[in-house]
Amino acid sequence: MPESIVTILDVVIGGLLLGGIYALIAMGLSLQYGVARVLNIAHGEFIMIAAFSTFTLYTVLGINPLVCLAIVGPIIFIIGYALHRTLFRQLSLKSPNPDAYAASSILATFGLLFIIQNLALMGWGADYRAYSYLNFGVDLGGAIFSANKLVILGFSVGIGVAFYLFLARSRIGKAIRSAAQDPTTAGLMGVNINQLLALCFGFGALMAGLAGVLISMRVPLNPAMGMQYTFIAIIVIVLGGLGSIPGSFIGGFILGIIGEVVTYFDPSLSLAAYYFLFMLLLLVRPKGIFGR
Amino acid sequence: MDITRFTSKKFLVPGIISLVILVLLATMPLYGSLYSVILLTTILMFIILTVSWVMFSGPTGYLSLASSAFFGVGIYASALLLPNTGPVLPLLVVVFIGGIASGLVALGVGALTLRLRGIYFAIFTFGLVILILELLNWWEHTISHIRGRFVMLVGNDVIFYIMLAIFVVLMLTVYLIRRSKFGLALQSIGANEEAAAHRGINVTMVKVLIFALSAFFAGAAGAIWATKLTYIDPYVAFSVLFSFLPVLMAIFGGMGQLYGPVIGAAIFAYLQETLQTKFPYIYMLIFGIVLVIAILYLPNGLVGVIPRLVRRWRKGGAVKQNANT
Repeated sequence: MPESIVTILDVVIGGLLLGGIYALIAMGLSLQYGVARVLNIAHGEFIMIAAFSTFTLYTVLGINPLVCLAIVGPIIFIIGYALHRTLFRQLSLKSPNPDAYAASSILATFGLLFIIQNLALMGWGADYRAYSYLNFGVDLGGAIFSANKLVILGFSVGIGVAFYLFLARSRIGKAIRSAAQDPTTAGLMGVNINQLLALCFGFGALMAGLAGVLISMRVPLNPAMGMQYTFIAIIVIVLGGLGSIPGSFIGGFILGIIGEVVTYFDPSLSLAAYYFLFMLLLLVRPKGIFGR
Repeated sequence: MDITRFTSKKFLVPGIISLVILVLLATMPLYGSLYSVILLTTILMFIILTVSWVMFSGPTGYLSLASSAFFGVGIYASALLLPNTGPVLPLLVVVFIGGIASGLVALGVGALTLRLRGIYFAIFTFGLVILILELLNWWEHTISHIRGRFVMLVGNDVIFYIMLAIFVVLMLTVYLIRRSKFGLALQSIGANEEAAAHRGINVTMVKVLIFALSAFFAGAAGAIWATKLTYIDPYVAFSVLFSFLPVLMAIFGGMGQLYGPVIGAAIFAYLQETLQTKFPYIYMLIFGIVLVIAILYLPNGLVGVIPRLVRRWRKGGAVKQNANT
């Protein structure tokens, strides 16, 4: 194969490996914003906390990071669920209209960001932490990728598809989709709307938690790492169309590939390129690529 | 103009109080310690950022998270025009240019984005901060090869007086706008934008103008703040904290009254200055908790609580007949 095609393939595969994580993170935020109407600025902090917990479970207790998915995930889910039942429920009761709720919930999640980040700083300190897991090269037709990245991609796609099927096929999934369209009418049709919104927020946190466990395998951890993932998630859900779960999933992969392409030319510009793309999109097509 | 309007009690009492505070502040460097002058400069800086945020977001209801972009533009104006190798322009001119530069950025951004509603506007303005930060970072790394810049040293008293001057002009501007037709137009946009447009208000023009005006003050404050920082890099100048702190301070103080944001910012800036060096993590943790509690339980802020407490105290807490007044 000519050199240029190999390079392009490398970049695309690298983008897909990165995109799996983005897709998972964005699906979580999409649930929280699209259904529960909370634009969770602290989304990345849930990722950070999950990543640090995995780090401690693996280095201190020797628990396999993939097993941590089953430990950390449910704990983060419960935290998310409880937060919505208490804090966000109170906020929505006190807000005179949906716009006021949107604004006050953003600010409340900003408070959460501060709380979680500084708890992590007190617990783990400000230094970078990392551990090595499945850190060996795998040959994929000439190009070499590290095994943990492939495992991450496999699990993110698996989790994403499983969750999509859950939404599309199960009774709860049907209720969630109806609440996303019109919460009031869904409530009139017998859906327990408060419980459902809390479930959605919990599922969003669960996605962040699972993504955090997976991320901890490939990047060094730091209490300030969450913010960038929050922004990537926001960009992806705007890219995919607010509230569209498949849109977020596909948008994650698109952003991953764009990120790898920009990184190929100048790594320090990848975040700037994300934001530029995002602002352009907001101005030209705020509905997103898959938005209705 | 009827002169008795200004001699009536309604104007006399707040006027005299403001004047006394102003005189106390202006003579501060004569009797206060160096530390208290520096502390007051910081407090004034936060008050300016908070009030300039409220100036736009308060009446219109658009949640702007761009404060740090405007503040940072002012800081960089100073870094470019007042390097430690020798100032290019006089200090006061640079402060003015810092404000104008921020105002122009706001004018451009406002014209582009103020048609975005609700959450989109908040996301966009925050994206703006990150975009400028990342681009500037890239520029400094790959084009100019300068990690950070040094700014000319300026006396603490001078910084204090310029900050005080910006504060006074800002408060006067906000006060006059509130009492003008322009202020009324702003309020009506916040209440119902479509209705305001039907009444013949040029909605876009009013929004963009007030956005630019509020950015002017943030930029001017940034330009003088740079001389206090003396060392500047993109992360210092465009810290996202300066986007969120003003919002928190305004909510904490209460946005219904002119003095609410001032009180909120003063209290928080004071706590920040005294606690941050000793307990940085605990301070930020408390900060987050207070933010959540303020949103939940102080819908009208601190100044909204005081009249309620006074009323309860006067009535002894038992009489409820005038609860709605």
